Formats: sequence, C-alpha cells, structure tokens
Amino acid sequence: MIENRPILNLLAHLTLILGVCIVALPVWVAFVASTHGPTAFMSGTIPMWPGDQMIANYSQMLGAGVSTSGTPPVGVMMLNSMIMALSIAVGKIVISVLSAFAVVYFRFPFRGLAFWCIFITLMLPVEVRIVPTFQVVADLGMLNSYAGLSIPLIASATATFLFRQVFLTIPDELTEAARIDGAGPMKFFRDILLPLSRTNIAALFVILFIYGWNQYLWPLLITTSSDYYTIVAGIKRMADAVDGLPQWHLVMATAMLAMIPPVIVVVAMQRLFVKGLVETEK
Amino acid sequence: MASITLNNLGKVYAGGARAVGGVNIDIADGEFLVLVGPSGCGKSTLLRMVAGLESISEGEVRIGDRVVNDVEPADRDIAMVFQNYALYPHMSVRQNLAYGLKNRGTPKAEIERRVGIASDILQIGPFLDRKPRALSGGQRQRVAMGRAIVREPAAFLFDEPLSNLDAKLRVAMRLEIKELQKRLRTTSIYVTHDQLEAMTLADRLVVLNGGRIEQIGTPLEVYRRPASAFVASFIGSPAMNLIDSAAVPHLAGSAHAGQIGIRPEDLTVTPDGPIQMRVLAVEELGAQRLVHGKTGDQRITITMASDADLSDDLRLSYRPNALHLFHRDTGKRLD
Repeated sequence: MIENRPILNLLAHLTLILGVCIVALPVWVAFVASTHGPTAFMSGTIPMWPGDQMIANYSQMLGAGVSTSGTPPVGVMMLNSMIMALSIAVGKIVISVLSAFAVVYFRFPFRGLAFWCIFITLMLPVEVRIVPTFQVVADLGMLNSYAGLSIPLIASATATFLFRQVFLTIPDELTEAARIDGAGPMKFFRDILLPLSRTNIAALFVILFIYGWNQYLWPLLITTSSDYYTIVAGIKRMADAVDGLPQWHLVMATAMLAMIPPVIVVVAMQRLFVKGLVETEK
Repeated sequence: MASITLNNLGKVYAGGARAVGGVNIDIADGEFLVLVGPSGCGKSTLLRMVAGLESISEGEVRIGDRVVNDVEPADRDIAMVFQNYALYPHMSVRQNLAYGLKNRGTPKAEIERRVGIASDILQIGPFLDRKPRALSGGQRQRVAMGRAIVREPAAFLFDEPLSNLDAKLRVAMRLEIKELQKRLRTTSIYVTHDQLEAMTLADRLVVLNGGRIEQIGTPLEVYRRPASAFVASFIGSPAMNLIDSAAVPHLAGSAHAGQIGIRPEDLTVTPDGPIQMRVLAVEELGAQRLVHGKTGDQRITITMASDADLSDDLRLSYRPNALHLFHRDTGKRLD
C-alpha cells in the first residue's frame, strides 16, 4: 500500500503502539515487581513504578537462590538452560541439515519412505509422546542429565523440511559444476551447501535456541535433582511455595534474568535472522 | 588435448522415452564442434553424456584413447561452461577459479600461476577478489570460462553459454570464445539453439532433430547443401522458403520432388520473372528489407535492398542452381 494520508499514518502508528503496549505491559509489571520488597504485591494495590529493592533482590537470586523452594542460585539454572538450549539448537541443526542433504541429493532405496517417516513425526510433538518418551529416557538412565534434557527434543522434521526447501532452490548446475570440479559428496556439502545455507542456519538457530530455552514441561518432568533445574522450570518451582506466600519479587527477578539470553541471541543475530527468512537468491 | 569419439551413442530414459539415438561423431583434436537444433532435440543430453552428468544407455564415448562411459565427470579431463554460469556465489572469483584445482591437489604456486594466466587472457584481473554477484553478466561469463581454462582440460564443453546475455554482448562474447578457442586449440563441443551462433563459431556443425543427426558438415556445406528440409529451414536467417512442389509445377525438378527450397536471398525481383508474389508484409532491417508474401497458397519471404521499388505484386526470378529439392516423405535432399 503506497497511500500516504496522515490519518492512515496516525492509525497505523496507534495500532502498532497499542500492540507494543499489550506485549510490554506484563514485562513492565514483572520488572516493577522485581524491584520491590516481598510485601509490596500482597498489599492489594499493584505498584506501577520501580521500587528500591532492585539490587537486593537481584543479588539474592544471583548469589544464594531461594532456599525455601529448593532451587539453586539463578546462575546454575541459567547454565543448565544454556546447555540445554544450545544442545537442542545445535543438535537439531546438525541432524536436520544432514538428513535434508540425504533426502535431496542421494537416490537410495526407500528414500520416499524415509521422507514420509520424517514427515509423520511432525504429528508427534513432545507433548503427545511424553509418557513413552519419559519411559525410554528413564530406562536409559538419562533422568537428571543433560543428555536426558536435550536428546529427546533434538530430532526435527520442521528443520529438515526447511533445509530441504533451501537445498531445492540451489540450482542443479551448481551441483554439476562441483562434480566436474572434483568435489565428492561430503566436500560439496561442506564447501558449497553449508556456506550457501549460512543465513538459514542462523535464522533457524535463533528460533531453535528460543524453543530450547523455553522448554517447560519436559525439564519439569525429568529433573528431580536441583543440579539440573533449568531456569524456566525453576521459576515454576519457586512460585509453588508450599507453606507460605510465593516470593513474587524474587520470582519476577528470576523471570527478568531468564529473559536476557534469548533477547541477546535475537538482537545479536537479528540481521542474519531476517536475511535467512527472506533471502531467496542463491 | 584430445580427440573425442561418439560411437553409436544413445540415451533412453527410465520410462522408455528415447532422447538421443545412433549418434556417431568423430571430433578431431583442437576442433570446434557445434551441436545445434531446436529445443528438445537432444543436443544438451548429448553434451551431458560426454560430460558424464548423464548416464550413457547405448554406445560409447571416447576421450583420447580412453572409453569414459563409466568414468566420473571429474576424471574425464573435461571442463564445462554452463548457461547460468554456475559460479559458486559465496566464493570470490579467485576461489571460483581455483576450486577445481584445489580439489585435485594442485600445488598452491601452480594454482596461482594458472589463475594469473587465465585472468590475463580473459581480463578479469581487476575483480579477482569480488563475489560473482558483484559482476555483470558478461563478466560472470568470463569467469565461467576462466574456470574452464585454468583446468587446462582435454576438452571444453559449452552448454548454451551465451543465452543469458543481451544481444549485443552475445555477439561480442561469441567472437571472444572463437578467438580464445583458436588460441588455446582445445577441442570444444558447443551446444546452442541459435543457428547464427552455430554458423559463426563452428569448424563443423552437427544439426540435430528429434534425437537424430540430420547433418554434419562445415557451416558453409550445411548452408549450401542442406541434407534435409529440416536443416534447410533451420540453418540460415531468414529461413529458406520451402514450397510445396505441386503449387509451382513450372519450376525445374518439381515433378519428382515433394518440396522445393529456395533461400530468400536467391530470389530477385525482375519484371519478367517466372514466379508471381503477392506482398503481405514488409519488415525493414535497415540495409535490407524482408518482404513476406504468397505465391499461390504458399508463403514465401524474400530479401531486397531497402531502396528498391516495392509494389503489391512482384515478379521473381531465381538462379537455376539455387533450388534445393527434398523428398516428399522423408524430407531428404534429392541429388
């Protein structure tokens, strides 16, 4: 739309500002809550401006944690989350880029079947297969381990399809030129395919990192030792105060800290991310 | 450098469809051979079989003394230039040129030397460190040729390399390819659907139709004595007039031929010519004009000087030896 009428501009901006407010308000409330003392949010009126307890709250969460809810300090949980999110993102990318390579470039027996098997797994997200998956992971002795946190979430049909589409846009002549230039399959993969999918890999990394970071149900199920609590599951445990009021100021401080890594990833990789999603020229 | 022999070469696809059949060509060392034909005639398939990108279902391909039917493309000692250039977009021009050599374990100094020579020949020195996307079409084309040159292969294979260029550049690059090939004396096979490109480049032409060879010969042989009505209509611009002989019973030889061919440039306007032509349309080309018209119910085209007189009805004459007679059923030349 190339119309340029002031009233439309105003309307567009109002809509956008309204949208931003709707998204940002809870975050603001969480931030405000994290800067007050323990009682401020129990008094009936919710403060809308930051209080003076910010340093105290955050240093408590970063240092000691909340002993009553059995959660370790935020640092440990952040590290766990980071390990899980990175393993999931990197693992998913490695597996899906290789399987897409196989499906697109090799004529092996049952290739069609393999493709459809990958397709079918789209219908089986973690939540659907959570009980059998838990059984398998428990039998393999992977409860309370980083492997148990990440491996069941690593296979990804979506990412395989994405890379398949990327590879299909690469002209056949490029493959043939590489063949004539003496590049074998793996050399072609490393020298040509990977560099050409660089932006797509980056875009996918952003999405998958956030997916991994935000995992909630699965870590909650399989971690019983506080050494392996992830931060998202940890927040839930902190809010479950059994014999007292939830310490909302500390919960919110943790929530604010939990938001930082995904924000850093998005901001740092924003340009590659957008390029990877819109770029079509190969 | 090497000769290339195609011995009864054929391609049948898995579904049973035949793309190419019974092709026999001997390409001498250093020769520039052009495969020309309409789209779908099998010329690209033929080239790709020589390159090793397409499996060979019948016959054999020899490069030098070696049968290469089951040899990988990389080991056939050939280099190929593609229609869309197929440059690696993420590599600089220098890396593009060096990639094939690097994969073969050529020493660094030798790669440097060959890239230097190729970039001098093709004048791509100034943009060796640029990415292909920063180059114009003509420059990309040069890089694609450079990639072939640095390999110093036994043969160059060109797959319609000029089709993506604009008309003016195509003419310039055509000449460059010709000069380059003469200078390097590398055996070359060149595929095109453009008869003008074929005529100007070729030492010898192979005209293909429906997966079969219609004629092999030097450009002038093919132009002067087309072996079939198809070749006659395909080579030469504007195309040869093919007239049903029944419509012109008074022409020499029409009694036993199916079609009579006569090139537009062999028809001249004379007041008492034996052929009458009703003018339907005129195309001005500058120095010349093309006049399209009908004699009886047959369409014909003639060329004439653009300052000659034009009227609605023209009488045409021809030199007797300018007629080409073709068989009614097979379309083959009759003499």
